Amino acid sequence: MTETRIERHHYDVVVIGAGGAGLRAAIEARLAGKKTAIISKSLFGKAHTVMAEGGAAAAMGNVNSRDSWQVHFRDTMRGGKFLNNFRMAELHAKESPQRIWELETYGALFDRTKDGKISQRNFGGHEYPRLAHVGDRTGLELIRTLQQKIVSLQQEDKRDLGDYEARIRVFSETTITELLLDGDRVAGAFGYYRESGEFVLFEAPAVVLATGGVGRSYKVTSNSWEYTGDGHALALRAGGTLINMEFLQFHPTGMVWPPSVKGILVTESVRGDGGVLKNSDGKRFMFDYVPDVFRKQYAETEEEADRWYEDPDNNRRPPELLPRDEVARAINSEVKAGRGTPAGGVYLDIASRKSAEEIRRRLPSMYHQFKELADVDITKEPMEVGPTCHYVMGGVEVDPDSGAAFGTVQGLFAAGEVSGGMHGSNRLGGNSLSDLLVFGKRAGGHAASYADGLAARPQVSVSAVEAAVETALAPLQRDTGESPYVLQQDLQAVMGDLVGIIRREGELVDAMSRLAELRERVAKVSAAGGRRYNPGWHLALDLRNMLVVSECTAKAALERQESRGGHTREDFPGMEPRWRQVNLVCKLDGDAVVLTHKPLPKMRAELIGLFDRAELSKYLTDEELAEFDALAKEAGN
Amino acid sequence: MGTKRQFRIWRGDDTGGDLQDYTVEVNEGEVVLDVIHRLQATETPDLACRWNCKAGKCGSCSMEINGKPRLSCMTRMSTFEEDETVTVTPLRTFPVIRDLVTDVSFNYEKARETPAFAPPADLAPGEYRMQQVDVERSQEFRKCIECFLCQNVCHVIRDHDENKQAFSGPRFFIRAAELDMHPLDAKTDRKEYAQAEQGLGFCNITKCCTEVCPEHIKITDNAIIPMKERVVDRRYDPLVWLGSKIFRRGQVPQTSVTSGHSSGAVRAGAAHGGVHSHAGGSHDAQAERQAQQGVNWHREVPHPTAPAVDASGKLPLTELTFDRAAAPSPFGDDVSFPLPPEHLNFAHPQQDEKH
Ligand SMILES: Cc1cc2nc3c(=O)[nH]c(=O)nc-3n(C[C@H](O)[C@H](O)[C@H](O)COP(=O)(O)OP(=O)(O)OC[C@H]3O[C@@H](n4cnc5c(N)ncnc54)[C@H](O)[C@@H]3O)c2cc1C
Ligand code: SF4
Ligand code: SF4
Ligand code: FES
Repeated sequence: MTETRIERHHYDVVVIGAGGAGLRAAIEARLAGKKTAIISKSLFGKAHTVMAEGGAAAAMGNVNSRDSWQVHFRDTMRGGKFLNNFRMAELHAKESPQRIWELETYGALFDRTKDGKISQRNFGGHEYPRLAHVGDRTGLELIRTLQQKIVSLQQEDKRDLGDYEARIRVFSETTITELLLDGDRVAGAFGYYRESGEFVLFEAPAVVLATGGVGRSYKVTSNSWEYTGDGHALALRAGGTLINMEFLQFHPTGMVWPPSVKGILVTESVRGDGGVLKNSDGKRFMFDYVPDVFRKQYAETEEEADRWYEDPDNNRRPPELLPRDEVARAINSEVKAGRGTPAGGVYLDIASRKSAEEIRRRLPSMYHQFKELADVDITKEPMEVGPTCHYVMGGVEVDPDSGAAFGTVQGLFAAGEVSGGMHGSNRLGGNSLSDLLVFGKRAGGHAASYADGLAARPQVSVSAVEAAVETALAPLQRDTGESPYVLQQDLQAVMGDLVGIIRREGELVDAMSRLAELRERVAKVSAAGGRRYNPGWHLALDLRNMLVVSECTAKAALERQESRGGHTREDFPGMEPRWRQVNLVCKLDGDAVVLTHKPLPKMRAELIGLFDRAELSKYLTDEELAEFDALAKEAGN
Repeated sequence: MGTKRQFRIWRGDDTGGDLQDYTVEVNEGEVVLDVIHRLQATETPDLACRWNCKAGKCGSCSMEINGKPRLSCMTRMSTFEEDETVTVTPLRTFPVIRDLVTDVSFNYEKARETPAFAPPADLAPGEYRMQQVDVERSQEFRKCIECFLCQNVCHVIRDHDENKQAFSGPRFFIRAAELDMHPLDAKTDRKEYAQAEQGLGFCNITKCCTEVCPEHIKITDNAIIPMKERVVDRRYDPLVWLGSKIFRRGQVPQTSVTSGHSSGAVRAGAAHGGVHSHAGGSHDAQAERQAQQGVNWHREVPHPTAPAVDASGKLPLTELTFDRAAAPSPFGDDVSFPLPPEHLNFAHPQQDEKH
């Protein structure tokens, strides 16, 4: 082998990912006095978090003072169909307000209420207006604020230590391809600079994964090229485990026409602000799709639904605001019944319900996006929307309090979309942004104290680095394999067609065998060109991550014989209380994905006491209900 | 199905490159970035280009399309004629890395130099109260997606690498303005900072930056001009400041906004001898008339005659070695003092201190 130059760096904490979760984790690690590196595949400030539009959910009670963490917790559990890790949902509901307020001290400017507090808006699945927002560019505000906080920490370091990068440094356009271990302990991370193709090795005892999601494995997706499941795969290869991988969120309202903007999302606040869904007959069809669990909270007539926008305390909410998986499924049924638009979606109409001026004021970037991208004027005509792969609930299995990865590995932490458990089988809109902050901070803090507690630094072994170099260079050195773009398309087709929004046993079995074929082809992929900024090479390296994560999803989807949240089995349409007690856990044995069942942790008494018995009876098994009754009786005495 | 269209794309790296011709299929409703992706997936798998969101939200995909700085994900193919060749080149102001990818680290360095938000000392998290009307002004600037198109188009640095040191560019003028207008920011010298450290004075309000901003931020009207004006508002009080104090020893007069720094931003007026803002020395009736109208950032005034220097290029020291009575004026012979106030575009660094 020719000699390869490898740049080496030493850090206390390495954070992989510069989205909301990664930046918040890095800030925390740096505040704990640790020398911290932030690594990102794209430029600083471009991570996927910029795309979040709707807002960040936090029970501050600024708009409706009846809101509290208990109500938020309840909504989150309901949204996740009680499969959430209850402790994560609890921490999230309790700590979100502080995390949002903290952003204001970093310089964030949220929209305000009349009395000058942070304004909060309605969103699907949230009982009260709860989403702190900035127009419809909340994610941008969040990431820019954190980015600027990091700059301010760097300015402190410049003042005190003479160097901006003394204690926190951003490595942008750098991709991590491998975590390096010393025994079971994390010893470092290996990757390459996208710009130059040069290799770089970070030696660090603690690594925080904040790499976001997996959506690039799907044909119609709102996710960018970054979302190749790198963090999921890195954790697996390092001995970590993944949970809930069968649960993917399909956003009900992605654009389906014109073709170039397929997959781009129409924010849910279009519905929160009065937009309604209609089929090709012009019927407002959502009233036909309110599931029994939600009957009590949703309006039954158009009149009541319309009154709700003005007077939410005395009316029930419109069914357009059902959790997004319900909406996605409803749209899918309408399209399948032949009542869809020519492009295979349905109509989302706000034009006939609000004045043009109000639409422009409430949804400015939506308006511009449609105008500029598609030449559609949303103040005049309805939009054509349909389900789009959007978010992965599943992810690295972590300890709820510290974000430390389960499995055999130590020194590995995960936060944000790459971690699993918090959202159960379905995430509520707006819960992700606050999740990033709450668990980003926790993971960063715990990574720092883990690094402190180590007696000796784990050592990176030379052979592991050599192996990583070889793997990384392999696609460039082969010229007989297939193009990575072709392989990616094939993978997307398998996942989109066979492991998509509605799943069947036969198709899933088929998917498994096609993925196995793809695995062999991916192992032989070849990339043309050199090492400098070569997107073909980059994709070739991402493919194996996409593949292993897709295998986890397909396998778990085949195993879970029920429909719940982001997992819909046509052959098992109902929700099954027995399956609620089970998490499906994936790990790697050699190269192969192994799936095991693991019982869900049991909710504490005071938390389960927050729910109605009637509601719980839809989710719990008879034994669990009997236990609940006993508890209630005890509390009554 | 799609039609075939002609593309010319710049391929190369920091050692050089050239425009290469491609014929690509284009479908209805597609944008330029779609076409680049199609090229990557077919003919040129290693064609380098940045992108993330494909929705005009991340500001990664900036390039120059038919010479115009644009987001490629927001440039619809339908805006071109069927038979038009679309030329795609990398941003010109920043060094090329490869193909359409440039090294934009300049912007991150400038971001790092701009002082961060200073939280008010007496408010705990959760106690911040601001009115919507007050935050809206700053919110306009926080819409910025950091596509750096404005930085790319600004003539002060577009072909003048030498100005990059002293000039932060429109993106960071709006950052300063944003903080200046932030209702609770505890730092009070944002404008002065913009003037003294960011090189606000280089800007002569050509408005090119506003024109290219995909977020439609009114960079010049809402950020740059108010900042320039307010820097001067506070400082410019000719009745107090004229004559006696301006040129007192030890007070280096700050260059006023139209003059730029001596390192010389190239301005529209440069072609005819450069502009100068100590308007008092003007010989030009038109410029004088303009000067009467008070502070005017577009004013172009010719230089006053140069001071009388000796062979060594220095001012003669005493009347003994000089051919006239009394030492010469360092401002040229034709300038008399005090200057008429209406001839000044002058901002004294300390004029808003109490005296
Ligand atoms: C269109 C859209 C709208 C959304 N709207 C909302 C909303 O309104 N409210 C809400 O709460 N949520 C919303 N979400 C979800 C939310 O935005 C994401 O879940 C969240 O931003 C994920 O943040 P993150 O910090 O986990 O990761 P990201 O922000 O995605 O960042 C991932 C980072 O990891 C880096 N990375 C990945 N792999 C590697 C590697 N191998 N090496 C180095 N770096 C790597 C990437 O470069 C990137 O910097 C939306 C999502 C989308 C797509
Ligand atoms: S207005 Fe000023 S900042 Fe904007 S492009 Fe012109 S000179 Fe540059
Ligand atoms: S101000 Fe406008 S043009 Fe400049 S970087 Fe921001 S979004 Fe881009
Ligand atoms: S790809 Fe994000 S702005 Fe074009």
